Amino acid sequence: MCSIKVLLVDDEGDFLRTLGKRLSKRGNVVELAGSGEQALCLLERFEADVVLLDVKMPGMDGLTLLSLIKQKWPLIEAIMLTGHASVEVAIRGMELGAFDYMMKPVKFEKLYYKLEDAFRRKMHQEERIMAMVKNG
Amino acid sequence: MSNHYYHGLAKSMMFTIILVSFTPLLIIALLAGYQYSVAYKGKVVAHLRELVLKHDQNVDSYLKEKIAEIQVLADVEGIANLKSEVRLEALHNSLLRHHRGDFVDLGLVNSKGIQVAYVGPFNLRGANYAEAEWFKNVQERQVYVSDVFLGLRGVPHFIIAVLIESKGEKWVLRTTLDFIMFNKLVEDIRIGETGLAFIINRNGEFQTTPRKDIIKEVPFLKELAAGKNEFSGFVQRRGSISMETNPATGQETIFVISPIKNGNWLMIYQQDVSDAFSDLNQARNIAAVVLLLGGIAIIAMAYLMSKRMARKVELSDLEKDMMNEQVIEAGKLASVGELAAGIAHEINNPVAIMVEEAGWIQDLLEEGLYVDDNEREVSRALNQIRSQGTRCKDITHKLLSFAHKIDPTIIRVCLNDLIHEMAELCEQRAKYANVNIETSLADNLPEVAASPSELQQVLLNLINNAIDSMDPGGGELDIATRFENGVVSVSISDTGCGIAKSNLSRIFDPFFTTKPVGKGTGLGLSIIYGIVSKMKGEITVKSALEKGTVFTLKLPLAGLELEQDEKSANSGCVL
Repeated sequence: MCSIKVLLVDDEGDFLRTLGKRLSKRGNVVELAGSGEQALCLLERFEADVVLLDVKMPGMDGLTLLSLIKQKWPLIEAIMLTGHASVEVAIRGMELGAFDYMMKPVKFEKLYYKLEDAFRRKMHQEERIMAMVKNG
Repeated sequence: MSNHYYHGLAKSMMFTIILVSFTPLLIIALLAGYQYSVAYKGKVVAHLRELVLKHDQNVDSYLKEKIAEIQVLADVEGIANLKSEVRLEALHNSLLRHHRGDFVDLGLVNSKGIQVAYVGPFNLRGANYAEAEWFKNVQERQVYVSDVFLGLRGVPHFIIAVLIESKGEKWVLRTTLDFIMFNKLVEDIRIGETGLAFIINRNGEFQTTPRKDIIKEVPFLKELAAGKNEFSGFVQRRGSISMETNPATGQETIFVISPIKNGNWLMIYQQDVSDAFSDLNQARNIAAVVLLLGGIAIIAMAYLMSKRMARKVELSDLEKDMMNEQVIEAGKLASVGELAAGIAHEINNPVAIMVEEAGWIQDLLEEGLYVDDNEREVSRALNQIRSQGTRCKDITHKLLSFAHKIDPTIIRVCLNDLIHEMAELCEQRAKYANVNIETSLADNLPEVAASPSELQQVLLNLINNAIDSMDPGGGELDIATRFENGVVSVSISDTGCGIAKSNLSRIFDPFFTTKPVGKGTGLGLSIIYGIVSKMKGEITVKSALEKGTVFTLKLPLAGLELEQDEKSANSGCVL
């Protein structure tokens, strides 16, 4: 499994750092963003495969960030994290094109599988597009 | 509420009932009674007057008839016939036959007063009437009716005398009228127990025999008659009525006085007032008894009913208080529910960190504790777990301090501390709604009299509402306390959507909400209103659409008698 380029977006710095370390330890490339604005800024120079974002953040909230990312970089997969269960938010997120929706605290293994799934889907999508470009 | 209040309530209810039921009763009783008595008295008096008028007419016509009879005899018969006792007897017999014995005797008296011819039960031929008053009177008046007197025969009687002039000589034809028959004319007038009629002459001598002995009344009657000018000449005032206290009996008495025989006699009817109006008095007594019994019944009813009503009010007040408590409790749950979103996030964040740190330690242990600086990393992670645990504890403590049962006991409360607590509790929620909470608290704020748990709920509700009003987009939430003119006021202002003018008057109504169905109960502000008014505080609102809303609470100062809140006593009022 080749390394996944992950962007973590959360307003909790401690959470962000630890999760980042664990993902890095597993050979992934990780970038951290403390807010939606910072995430958008980072994405300009960092070609992320998967964005892991918190739904509830001060300032720009997760859903807004998601829609902006999907507008600009439609191939990037997004997994939403949230502090509490909210069906509405989940549905909105899925509508906006999120890959999945997970509740905090989430088991690291589960999260990692989800990341890999998302990465696989992104690879698959990219291959399809490359094929279309070749054929077209 | 105190027992005193319900006693007062019962009392005022009782008096209202009594007043309302008595007033019309008394007015009707008095008005109708007065009208009835006036009408009834009028009728009775009119009836008595009518009676007396009828009888005085009877007496007058009786006398006139008798006089006419004798005058006819005198005119038709001539002295020669009258002198003959045989002829006189025939006449007398005829009179007796046709007048049922009214004419007791007949006699002819010559100019010297000697009775020359006589027919009748007494032997009075040759009697000398020269000195008799009637004889003197008849010489002047041609016709004379005497008063009742005993005369020569020693029996009460009165006579009619007619002067006849024949061939230059004067004769007098006289007849005696049956006193008993005459007496019956007035004696028959009797009404009730004390009503009686009689006739007196100018000197106050009885011309008829009254049914009762009322000789003692005579001076009074004379005075009465004189006062009424009945005897002065021929002024005809028939049937005059007066009500005076009868000195003989001491009773108030009705007198109906009518002159007869050209004012020489007075027909008097008298009756005790109480007797004349006995029916009226009886009716009045019955009415009084009914009024009394009705009054007692009303008072008893009013007493029992007002007592029962007050009891019911007390019970329903108790029930209402219980309901209020439940509603407040429910409202509290609702506001806790609103908080839950923010709280869950707030707790889940440190928990997520702890889980990650634990996972990280595991990762490091798998790698080996002594590789690189893994050991230092593990101890950092453990510290992190500890500090995140502390953060969780703080959150749950904050929640616990709010979630304890509502205690409505009013104590001294340091308002600033309370606001701090509530602002902290809502901070997370505000953060995610992009709301910036600013507090500007006055440092000289005195303590207020309030129930801390209820006040917490008020503040939390107002803050929650303010955050809701700014939900998408965020804004500024300003909480300020002030102490002005002896009043502590808290204002909570937001820069949210504001309240439409048409809704402004209804926001404190229960179940009024502008939130979609299922989102709001519409109870929050009504509960706040209830709590604040219970604390004898005041809540006002100012709002402009799309600009924001300011809620201002005015709270009463704590008196000296109130206990100090333990918590704020411990922590003091340090800000």
